[in-house]
Formats: sequence, structure tokens, C-alpha cells
Amino acid sequence: MPSRRTIPFDYPAPGADPAPALPGAGLPWLDALRDEGRRLSANGLPSTRTEAWKYTSLAPLAELDFPHPAAAEAEAIPAEPETGAFDALEGPSLVFVNGRLSSRHSRLGDLPGDLRVRGLARGLANDPAGIEALIGNATPNGDPLAAFNAAFAADGCIVEAAPGAVMDQPIRLRFVAAPGSEPLAYHPRVIVRLGVGSSLTLIECHEGPAGAPTWSNPLVDIEVGAGARLSHVKLQIEGESAYHTALTKAALAGEARYESHLLALGARLARHEIHIRFDGEGADCQLRGGYMARGSQHVDNTTVIDHAVPHCESREVYKGVLDDTARGVFQGKIVVRQDAQKTDGHQLNRTLLLSPKAEIDTKPELEIYADDVKCSHGATAGEPEADQLFYLRSRGLDLRTARKLIVEGFMGELLEEVGHEPARAVLSERVAAWIGGDRS
Amino acid sequence: MSAQQDAAQAVESYAGERYKYGFVTDVEADSAPPGLDHDTIRFISAKKGEPEWLLAWRIKAFERWLEMEDEEPAWAKLHYPPIDYQDACYYSAPKSDSDRPKSLDEVDPELLKTYEKLGIPLQEQEMLAGVAVDAVFDSVSVATTFKGKLAELGIIFCSISEAVKEHPALVQRYLGSVVPYSDNFFATLNSAVFTDGSFVYVPKGVRCPMELSTYFRINAANTGQFERTLIIADEGSYVSYLEGCTAPMRDENQLHAAVVELIALDDAEIKYSTVQNWYPGDAEGKGGIYNFVTKRGACRGANAKISWTQVETGSAITWKYPSCILQGDNSVGEFYSIAITNNRQQADTGTKMIHMGRNTKSRIVSKGIAAGRSDSTYRGLVRIQPKAEGARNHTQCDSLLIGAECGAHTVPYIESRNPSARVEHEATTSKISEDQLFYCRQRGIDEEDAVALIVNGFCREVLQELPMEFAVEAQKLVAISLEGSVG
Amino acid sequence: MLTIENLHATADGKPILNGLDLQVNTGEVHAVMGPNGSGKSTLAYVIAGREGYEVTAGSITYQGRDVLAMSVEERALNGVFLAFQYPVEIPGVGSATFLKTAVNAARKHRGEQEYDAMEFLKLVKAKRAALGIDDGMMRRALNVGFSGGEKKRNEMLQMALLEPSLAILDETDSGLDIDALKIVADGINALRAPERAMVVITHYQRLLDHVVPDKVHVLAGGRIVRSGGSELALELESRGYAGLGLEPSAAA
Repeated sequence: MPSRRTIPFDYPAPGADPAPALPGAGLPWLDALRDEGRRLSANGLPSTRTEAWKYTSLAPLAELDFPHPAAAEAEAIPAEPETGAFDALEGPSLVFVNGRLSSRHSRLGDLPGDLRVRGLARGLANDPAGIEALIGNATPNGDPLAAFNAAFAADGCIVEAAPGAVMDQPIRLRFVAAPGSEPLAYHPRVIVRLGVGSSLTLIECHEGPAGAPTWSNPLVDIEVGAGARLSHVKLQIEGESAYHTALTKAALAGEARYESHLLALGARLARHEIHIRFDGEGADCQLRGGYMARGSQHVDNTTVIDHAVPHCESREVYKGVLDDTARGVFQGKIVVRQDAQKTDGHQLNRTLLLSPKAEIDTKPELEIYADDVKCSHGATAGEPEADQLFYLRSRGLDLRTARKLIVEGFMGELLEEVGHEPARAVLSERVAAWIGGDRS
Repeated sequence: MSAQQDAAQAVESYAGERYKYGFVTDVEADSAPPGLDHDTIRFISAKKGEPEWLLAWRIKAFERWLEMEDEEPAWAKLHYPPIDYQDACYYSAPKSDSDRPKSLDEVDPELLKTYEKLGIPLQEQEMLAGVAVDAVFDSVSVATTFKGKLAELGIIFCSISEAVKEHPALVQRYLGSVVPYSDNFFATLNSAVFTDGSFVYVPKGVRCPMELSTYFRINAANTGQFERTLIIADEGSYVSYLEGCTAPMRDENQLHAAVVELIALDDAEIKYSTVQNWYPGDAEGKGGIYNFVTKRGACRGANAKISWTQVETGSAITWKYPSCILQGDNSVGEFYSIAITNNRQQADTGTKMIHMGRNTKSRIVSKGIAAGRSDSTYRGLVRIQPKAEGARNHTQCDSLLIGAECGAHTVPYIESRNPSARVEHEATTSKISEDQLFYCRQRGIDEEDAVALIVNGFCREVLQELPMEFAVEAQKLVAISLEGSVG
Repeated sequence: MLTIENLHATADGKPILNGLDLQVNTGEVHAVMGPNGSGKSTLAYVIAGREGYEVTAGSITYQGRDVLAMSVEERALNGVFLAFQYPVEIPGVGSATFLKTAVNAARKHRGEQEYDAMEFLKLVKAKRAALGIDDGMMRRALNVGFSGGEKKRNEMLQMALLEPSLAILDETDSGLDIDALKIVADGINALRAPERAMVVITHYQRLLDHVVPDKVHVLAGGRIVRSGGSELALELESRGYAGLGLEPSAAA
């Protein structure tokens, strides 16, 4: 029975069954996983009557006709993707063009022996059993967009750090869209496993030019082992016709630390959903997100932090700037389960509205079942403080410059926390460029 | 002072008992048969001698409600078995209704005895602190006092049935103007079947000199209560209205779906305070009232102000969001709430502040306390419309958990569409610290009293918004509600 | 009045008191001095019955009764008062409300009529003036936003109103300037009485200049290592704990 909680979505457009063309087709476990994803994705996209999608409508995405993925692929990998935002950095780099790993553009260099990085499609060919063990737990749980990823992921990568591995240089994953004349969709699957006590910086970047609509639907599945540390930087600067629906899920073992530094600037519609689950005591997670949108962009940040065990700490700060008729959404949920005593969770969302037609919808949510916890959240929204503007103008700055300065400071606070200096510099440049009027 | 002492004494007298109001008055009810169809609506309307327009309005609501079959709200964090709406009885009046008493002497002595047990000494009311009481027993008003005094000022305070007869123009103009008949599942049901409630009109420039108050009481098995309250404060007027409730002990879950509409015109102010301590069910969650209430106020005029204060300690299920629509420029909405749940109680309560006019302000202070195996949820919406230039909201939501088997949840929705608006939301969750308990106990205060003391302190910002008489009662209620939650 | 014998107590499994003996008679004021970490506050908490401390051996007898078998509030109602080193903040609970609740709990326990608001305010007014506590402070939430001196004076006011038989003052002098110290000391002296005993726990001599004790004990390593008259405090002041062979760090 059709429900009002979903929007019908014919994806992919009718045609030959795409499954046989996907890598690893014929592996029984993989076929089963994909069938399950197909079955769930056949329900369509969630509508705004689904509570988790109350503020973000996928109706425009549902109207697009995505051709058969195989056909899209045939249309060609472009010659040379443009320069990437993080190209100047040192260290291994994987480049995905239209969702597929391009060995031509990637360079792994000399990876230390305790670090393993490989493409998903190739992995399925060389080591299906190994991939099965890694992907096995990643059944999408009925999550509507993860189901599409499960069904249609054609490539992606696996990053594994052995226990104790410490990698100074970041690992860069660059996803670049190179659409032809037809809408294009891709569903990369990234698997990150950090062994006990290892440490890594991961930089994830999503780029794309203006042009035909694209839909990138990545699923990043992370496990941080006991005492391990992952710093995860994500920059999303896709073109103005792009749809970006990302799910990042991270499970943290005891004493693990996960940092997320997200900067979302691009796409017509972007949803960054992050699910954190604490599996071991003494772990901590820091989620920092920045979003800047103008024109008619829509940017949605949705996070769920699940405190399932005691003595964990979560800190969440999301800050954004919205101009023109842009719309921002922040939904942050902290769940503290009955056993999760001594949880320490704080969450903050602040938004600057620069235009009378910009809109922010915020839903910070606490769901708490343990009595010995410290949890709080806060949210503010409004234009730059009149006092601040006045102060700057009284020092001779014009209104435009004063506002720029305030926005810069507002976002700058957030970026200060990015530990990897060159990555921080890239993000800062992007923020400055945005403030300067650059579209992405 | 005397009213205060009286209230304190009345409260003292029941403070020692877990739930004293578990008795049933034996009044032969003149009831409609259980079930709900067009005939039930016509029966209610006829019984009350209503004009045609009101019957038509009820029928319209009923027909809309029939279409809402799958719209019974499911988004709240509440779990209860499906309600069989055809199993409830939609009209029950004390038999003496057809011949309404003109004075207290004519009131059924059985009823008067009931009020005495409730601590509402109706006959003494006139001597006490100028509180006029419109007491609702089951679904029909039985006595209203102080009318004379109020009438001198042009204030109308009567049952809504009476208002329909005596002041039809006012009722027709405002009824459903804040909560339309099609508003939501429960409000629509109420619109179809409401039996009685209070009506208040305060004319231009009049400051109502006394707190107006109503005591609600649910009686007669299987009788849903569907009060309808309408309060209109005309330009420059002021009124403070108190609503308080107790209910007898019953095994069946009793449905309650009230609608309260407030209208404040230019420069008018309405203060609406509630203490709700209906039967919450027993320690295992058996019985108890289902309370699905739609309360909404509209600040229609410039500089109008509506302030909701509630102390919710009763009911098995509470679904309630007293809201303000801030239409007039510079209008102000306030919501002060204490929600205490214990044992198996579930409360999902909060507010909506809809900012439409320029420089509108709202303030939300919510204190949720969960004990036992209960769940307490704050759910609130702050919406800043594009034209609400300079709007301000501040929200403070604090939750306190007592024991390790309860849940406290905070679900705010903040929608801002005007950059000059400033919206701030803060929430915290904590428990009573061991240090605080030890400090109190070292001073000789036993643990249960210490918890009551600390919780009352936690709630102070809200308690101080209540009129004095209610504040005393509310503090006692806080203690009673948490009995047995520690140790 | 108070007899402590061979008291051993642990906190989080760590031994803090290791065979402490102390005898305090009615009417006496005893000072317990000692370096940081010697177990002074633990002694106070164990007598008052705070959770988190485990008595592994020994006994505490107060007015012939086994203190350790009594609940926290039972001890309080029977006249044991602890002036906290760090008085606890309770938001929203007015100081006057709290005091009235505590005083009435004691009166109820003694079978006396509880005070009504008017009687109580009169009683408080008489006592608070001497401690330099104004009405405004009584209206503020208990200890919330109080300065260090205000907190300590408030403790003294509670002691004056509750009229305990045994008062334990845990570093009541800490964080006080000279004027406040004088006020607090006067408050203590005013309560010295033949039917009351006091244990003054302090790190420094300076409070004892104003409150002259009958006996002084030095606590180190969880035991009383020396006892004497008030001259012992002076000796400590001039030679320091180290001069007595008590290295603070070693004692911890």
C-alpha cells in the first residue's frame, strides 16, 4: 500500500537489470545484500511526513530520470577531472570519477606496511571473502537512502589501519562528478577500519561542475578500534544541480576518539547524516560542522549520537551561514541509553541568517534514559549582532566589510579545531572564497 | 492571606494520602448510550437546546473527524493501546440538569458533598478571597458564583452552554476561531461532542479583579470529558484564569479531550494557569486518565499578552501543547511548565510559539521531572514567520531524572525565517546530586522531603508564575507526586 | 559524648583513616589539625555518614549510641552538625525555606510544635544579625552565587539555629578574610556551652587564635599522632608539620 511517508521514485529508470553489470555480481552473499537493498529502495524516497525528513524534501530528486547506471558509465569517463581542492597536500590519494575509482588519477605512493587501502570493485574481484567480512554488518537497517547504496554501489574503497599504525599524512578520497548530458547517480561505499591504538586522518572531498544533475549517495562505514583516533575531514562543494545524500556511520570502541570536521558549501540539496555509536567506555567524539549556503541551496545536517555504554563524551558544534533564499536544517539527536551512566554530551547549533528570505530549521533532540548524566544542547539563530556591527563600523569599517569580518570570525572558530594544518588551510580558503562571493 | 491559608490547609489535609480522590459519587446520570454517530451529536445538541448553527458546526466537525481515521497523532513519545471511540459515552449529566439550580441551595446535596471532599467548599467561596468558581461536574456546570459582582464590570463568566444561549453573537464570532473544528484529531472530536466548559468575556479596559477558576472533575464510568473553554479579553483588559482538576479512582482508562481557546485583543492580557492532578493510574500503570488537550491562544492585537502556566502531575497519558499565535505587533507569549511523571506515567507536553507580528516575544521555561518507570518529553515549536521583524524567543528546558528506569526527552523544533529575529534555546538534563541530598540529610531533613525540596527548587521559576493559592497547592503536589520515587 | 576507637575507613578502596582514636567530652572544644590529605575531612564525613566511605574497622559512639548504625538524618536529628568545608548549592531553594525545613524537622523530632513562617522569621532575624547576614541573603537560593565568606557565615547561622550537641567544623576558616574569620569565630564562641562539644578541623592556627581549644590533636596518615593543649597548635604554627616530622606529602 502506498504510504504518504514515501515518495515514489523509479530508480534506476526502467531498462535492463543493472545488477549483473555491478562488480562482484554472482557472489551469493553480495547478490543477497543487493536484493535486500533493491527491495527496500523500491519503497521510494522518504517524504517530509517521515519525521527524520520533515524539513528536507527529496521530491525534486524523485522527479529526475536517472538512466541505467551501466549506460551512464558507457557515456564515458571524462578525460581529466578538474583540479581538486586538496591536490596540494601530501600523501596517498584516491580519485573517484562518477563513483568509480580512477587508477589513472589516483596515487597511493608507498604506503606503510600497516596500512591497507584498496578499491571496492577490485577487492570484490581479488578478495571477495575479505570484503564480505567487512561489508557483512553494513546491511542498511531499513535506512531509506542507505538501501540505494547497498543495492547500487559500484565502487568505493576500503581503508584499513593495523593495530598501532600511525599515519602522519592524510589519506584523501576525492569524489568528482563529471556528468554528461544526462542525470547521473553514484553510490560509493567507503569502509574504514582502524585497529587498536592506530591513528589516521581521512580527507573526503566531493566535487563536481555545474551541468546536468548528479546524485551522489555515499555511505561511509567507520569502525574506530580501542584507543584509536580518526580525524575525518569532509569538504562538499558539488555543483549547483547536484544532490548529495551522505550517510556516515561510525562505531567507537573503548577509549577511541572520532573527530568529524565537515564543511558543506555546494549542491542544490545536500544532506549530511552522521550516526555515531559508542560501543566501548571512555570513548569520545567531536562533531564539528560548517554549512554555508546561498541562492536556493538547501543544506541538511542530521546527526544521531547513540550513547549505548557509560563514560563516553560527545561534543557537537554546527555553525552555518545562510544567504538569499537558502535553507538550512539541523537535526541533532543524542540518545543516552539506560546503561550509559556518566555520559557527558553537549550540542550546539548556531546559524547566521544574512537575508530576509533565508530559513533555518533546527531540531536538537535529547532522548535520555540514564539518570547520572550531563547533557545539554543549545541553539541560536539570527542575523549578526547589531552591537558587533556597530563596534566594527565605529572603527571605520563599512557595513559590508564588517559583516564579512563577523562571518569570517563566526566560521573561523569552527575551523580552528581541524588538527591537520594544510587541510585546515584549504577549508579556510574555501570559507573565505564563499564570503568573497564565489559560488562554491 | 486567608485564601492562602485555606488552600494550604486543604492541601495539608490530603498531603498524607497517596490518592485520596478515589471515590465515586452516586449520581444517577442521564447519559447518552455509548457510541458515536450523527444521532449522538444531535442528542447532545438537543439536550443542550442549542441553536441550529452550532449543531451544523458540530456535524461538520464530526464528518471531518470521520475522515481523520488515520490521523490520530502518532508522533508523540506515548504508548497506549488503541482507543475504541465507539465504546465511550459522550454525554452524561447529573439528573437535576433539566431543572438547573438557581442557587447553591438547590444544588444536589450529593454533589455538594463531593466538592467538600475535594476541598472546594463552594458555599464558603464567596467569603474567600473573591474567587468565583464555575464547577464542572461531569459535563455540566452546576453552580456559578460571583456573577453579580462580575456583571457590574460587564464581565461575563458562565458555562459555555449558557453563553450559547445568552451571548450567541460572541460565541459564534470566536468559537473555533483559534482552534478550528478541523485542527487535529482530538480537537475535531471535541468540536463534535463538547458538552460544557467555561466562557469568559472581559470588556474593553476592564481589569478582572479576581482570579476566575474552574474545577474539573471526571465522574461516571466510561464518560469521556470534552470541555470547551473560550476566553476573550477585549482591548486593554486583563484576566487571570485558574483551572484545577482531580478525578476519582477508576480502572478503565478515561478519555479526556478538551479544547481551550484564548483571544487577546489590543493591549489585553490573559494569564491561564493549570494544576492538573488527575488520576495517574496505579503503580503498575493500570487505569488513569488519557489527557489529549488542545490549548491555544491568539494574541490578535498589538501589545497583547498570553501567558500559560501549567503544573502537570496527573494523568496516565498527557498530550498537551498550550500555544500562542503572536499576530499583533509587540505581542508576548509565555509558557511555564512543570511536568512530573512517576510510576508508569507518560507525558508529551510543550508549546508552540508562532511569531507573526513584528517585535513579538516569547519565553518558554519547561521543567520536566521523571521518576519511576515513566517518560517525560518536552516537545515544542518556535516558528518565526518572515514578517516577524525583530522577534525574540528564549527557551529553557531542564529535565531531572530520579532513578535509573525513567526517561527524559527534549524535542524542540526551531524554524526561523527572519534574520532580525533572535531565537535561543537551551536545555539540560541532570539528576539530584548525592552532595545535595547529603547536605539536606545532614541538616536532619529526610530523603523524601529533601527530594521534594530540591525538586521544588528546580521548579521555582515556574512555581513563582502561579497565583499564590495555586503555588502552595502545586508545591505540595510536587511532593505528593514523587512519593515513593526514592529510597 | 563522642568516642572514636581504632577507626579505619576507606574511600574508593583506598585506606584514609588507619586506626584513629578520639575522645571528646561534653563542653569541650577539640581542634584536629593536620597536613593536606591526612584524613581530616574524611573523619568529618564518616562521623556525619556521607556515602562513599567504608568503615572497615573500629567504632564511633555518640551519646552512648553506635553512630555507624544510624542514617545521616538520624545523626543530624540527634544533634550531630557538620559545617561543610564546601557548602552545597541547591538552585531554586531559598535559604530561608531550607532553614525552616531543617529547624522544623528537628522540632518535630523532639516532639515540639513546628514554627510557622512568622515565628521562624523572628527567630532567624535575632540570630542572623550577629553573623552579618542580611535579609537579602536569606531570600537567595541556598549557597548559589554566595561568596566563600557568605557560605561559611550561612553554615554558622544554620548551626546557631539547629543548636547541635556535637558540632564538627570542617575547615570553616578556609577562604575567609580576616574580618569574616572574626565574625565566624565569634559565632562559634557564642555557641560554646557546657552541654555542647565541638570538633574544629583546621589546617592553620589562625582560627584557634580566636577559638581557643581545650585540646589539640594532630592527624597524620589517618591517625592521631600527637595530642596536647592549645600550646600544641602554637608549636605547629612556628615549626610547621615538617618540624614535627610530618612531611605533608609523606602523610598523604
